[in-house]
Order: sequence, then C-alpha cells, then structure tokens
Amino acid sequence: MSSGAISDITILPGHDKHGNPESFDRIVIRPGDTLSIVGPTGSGKTAFINDIEVFACNDTSTGRTVLVNGEIPAEEFIRDPSKKPIALITQNTKCLADMSVEAFLAMHVRARKMSGSAIVAETIDLANQFTGEQIHPGCLITALSGGQTRSLMVADAILISNAPLILLDEVENAGIFREKVIEVLKEHCKSVIFVTHDPLVSLLSDRRLVMRHGGVERILEPEGRETHIREMVARMDLTLCRFRERIRAGELLTEPGFLV
Amino acid sequence: MKLIIIAGPPSAGKTAVTRQIIRHFLGKKKCAFLKIDVVRAFEDEELKEEFHIPARKIYSGDLCPDHTGVMVLKDAIAWAEGLGTDIFIVESAGLCLRCSPYVTQSLGIVVLSAVSGMNSPLKMGPMISLADVAVITKTDLVSQSEKEVFREKTKEVAPAIDIIETNAIQGTGLRFLMRAIDQQAEIADPASILLRGIPPLGVCTICVGKREIGWQNHFGVVRKLDGADDIFRGD
Repeated sequence: MSSGAISDITILPGHDKHGNPESFDRIVIRPGDTLSIVGPTGSGKTAFINDIEVFACNDTSTGRTVLVNGEIPAEEFIRDPSKKPIALITQNTKCLADMSVEAFLAMHVRARKMSGSAIVAETIDLANQFTGEQIHPGCLITALSGGQTRSLMVADAILISNAPLILLDEVENAGIFREKVIEVLKEHCKSVIFVTHDPLVSLLSDRRLVMRHGGVERILEPEGRETHIREMVARMDLTLCRFRERIRAGELLTEPGFLV
Repeated sequence: MKLIIIAGPPSAGKTAVTRQIIRHFLGKKKCAFLKIDVVRAFEDEELKEEFHIPARKIYSGDLCPDHTGVMVLKDAIAWAEGLGTDIFIVESAGLCLRCSPYVTQSLGIVVLSAVSGMNSPLKMGPMISLADVAVITKTDLVSQSEKEVFREKTKEVAPAIDIIETNAIQGTGLRFLMRAIDQQAEIADPASILLRGIPPLGVCTICVGKREIGWQNHFGVVRKLDGADDIFRGD
C-alpha cells in the first residue's frame, strides 16, 4: 500500500478502566497531523497507541475500534509488518543486529523488495538531520548511541517503511532534535502520535489527548493560544541544548545568569 | 476437547502465550494444562493459583522431553477428558531446537522470540516447520527492519505457517491466535493420534550413560569428525 492510499485513520471510543465510556465521538488523524498523548503514568497512554498499532476492533481491554479510510482494515494490513501502514517506535525498541548501519538498512530495503541503493544513503542523511552525533554508514548498529538509534529508526520509518502513521512512545529523552523531526514528518505528510512527558513536544503538536484512568478524558486543540509559551519553551530548550553541548565539551559554565 | 501443543526455545514466552490463551477463554471454556519439563518447572503451580484451572507437570529428567510427551500424552488426554476439559494445553520444554512435539488432531504452536536473532528461525527445523502457528513474541523490543526480516526467515522454514506477532505480556495482536483456537477441530479419536514428525534419536550409548568421549567408545550411530556434516537424519 502506498502512503497516498490512506486518507485518514479514525479511532472510535471505548471505555476507561472503570468501564465508563469515553466522551469523544471520534478522533480522525489525517496526513501531516501531529498529536501528543499526555497524562500520568498508568493513565493509558501506551494502551492508546497499542490499540492503533494492532487496529483494535473492540477486542482489546479498552474496547476501542480503529478504522482506516472509515473502514475496518484488511487483515494483511494488520498482520504483515511490511504492508502495515503504521510504524511503532518505543523507548524499548532496539536494533539488535550486529552489523553496519549501511548493511542494516540494505537488509531492510531487500526485505521490502525495493530497488535502488540511493535510499540507504538518503536514510542515513535524514537520520543525521535528527541527531547532533554524526552517523557514518560504516558504524556498527550496536555501537550507536540511544539518540543515533532513534534518529535512524525514525528516518527508516519515513523513507524505507514509508509508513503514513508513526507512533513514538516516549522517545524524547534520547537526544534527538524534536522540532526537526516534527518538521520533516510534516514535510513528508506523515502523521505522528507522540506519547510524551516533554513540554516542547506537547506544545508543538496540533492536538493533545489527555488521558485519565485508561480513557481519553479531554482533547485539547490550542489553535495558536499557546504560541507565546511554545516559543518561550523552544528558546529554553535551545539554551539547555547549548549548555549540554558545552558541558560535553568540558567547559565550566560561569555566566552570572542568562536570558531565556 | 481441543488439544493445543506449544513448543519453543527456553524464555521465548511460551507461558506468557499460555496465560493469554487461558485468560481469553476464562469463564467461556474449561482449560487444563500440562507442562513437560526437564529438571524444574513452576508454570503448573502459577497457572493453578492464578486461574484456578487443573494443571500438572512431568519431569523428563534424562530423557528427551518430546519422548516423554509421546509416552504420557495418551494418559494426559484421558486425564483432561475426565475433568470435562474443553481446551487442553500441553507446553513442552523446548531445548534442542530439534523438538517437534506436535501431533495430529491438535493445534501446534511454536513460540519464537524476536530478540533471539534474525537467523534463529533458520536454526530450528521441525519445531517450526511442523507447527500450524508461529507466535513471535517481544516484537515491541526490536526495530521494524528486524521484525520484517525475522518474519521472512520464519516463512523460509515454513512457507504456509500462520504468523502472529505479539507482545505476549500485554497480549497485543493475539486475536488471530484466539481465532485459530476457535476454529481448531476437537480431537476426533484419541486412539489414532500420531506424532507429526520423527523426534531426535533418543537411544544410543551416550543416552544410556556411557560417558567416554570419542567414537571409538560407542556403538549405534558412530561418526568421525571428517564427513560428519549431518550426524544423523531420521529415515
């Protein structure tokens, strides 16, 4: 299935852990949409994206149903990972293969029966836009840092898997350029759902789902009302990034204070 | 009564899959469980306590667990039938990757772990090729690319196998396994149940306790280092 064939993914409500029905009517995700899912630990954030990942059909603990283009999707989309329109990257997702970055990506390209070797180099280039630590084609996968691995997996999901919907479960702490990831995902018309505790990622999303007791409690659409804070948080984030780089470089940070 | 036989390497998640099956059918069908293991097993006690279902175990000791399975399965089926069981789950030990405890008139499930390395399906023969369903666990822990390659290698060993990917702890994606169990026919005639394949050779001078190394000290299947690519293939 090409990414163009999917016009929307719809989530129909289920119930929370106490059996109370969720109050939303439907959540529709279209190409280029960014959503973040927020809420305390145990509130059902991961269960929400798991429902999407398995295309729940009122058969998971939440009772939700997920439709593609308004219909229950065909079984092969659900079961064959190479046909599935969804890529899930969690904080536990690892690349275990002891091989070079180039060989690893080439293996995926072969498994997908795609032609052309250019895509391997393109994927590495894209991954390098997401991380400050350069990834070389000859690097061993197992020697990559957490941030490099996440960057590579996101780039792989965009270019090789070509998945129209990407689910990212708490990957923010791994040192990737979050704003750049969101920008590139929008450019490629990918939808993305973040499970997140990160203020910047939450503020950069078009919509925020607030979870409580296993159900979606509220859906927030800031529509520009958070712009002021978002810009401030982005500056704070940049400041922290710079401090991080200077600490890594072995500097002492002796300024009397700083402006955000 | 339906018979389900679960095999797979150690720590692949066989018991996690078993738990999901029992949980799914709880209150709808009566499940019973038998674990065949080599030296120690706790699954029977855990499942008995958690789900209040009849569960028991047998230790194979120095005998191959598959041989043990063949030996006791007829009695075990009679035991489960006698309890009015709807779904009888037999979980094997899964040690040498050559195991194939599957029998006719049953649903054979091999449980494989996605973190065991992409070539691992190629290293297991009949344990995969004689199964009806391959449940691949821990797919949440590996990259998309490795997941896809693992699936291809499993298909290479068993082109027609039904592959189900899951995080067995959470039970994601297992609806297709439950459907396969729903569609599985009941045992028609216990007396005519046959092992699907031939288990690894289980009787030789080493099996009966001769410990000297070197082919000169043994009889039965005797091979030298040179020219012993496939030590023994069942006829």
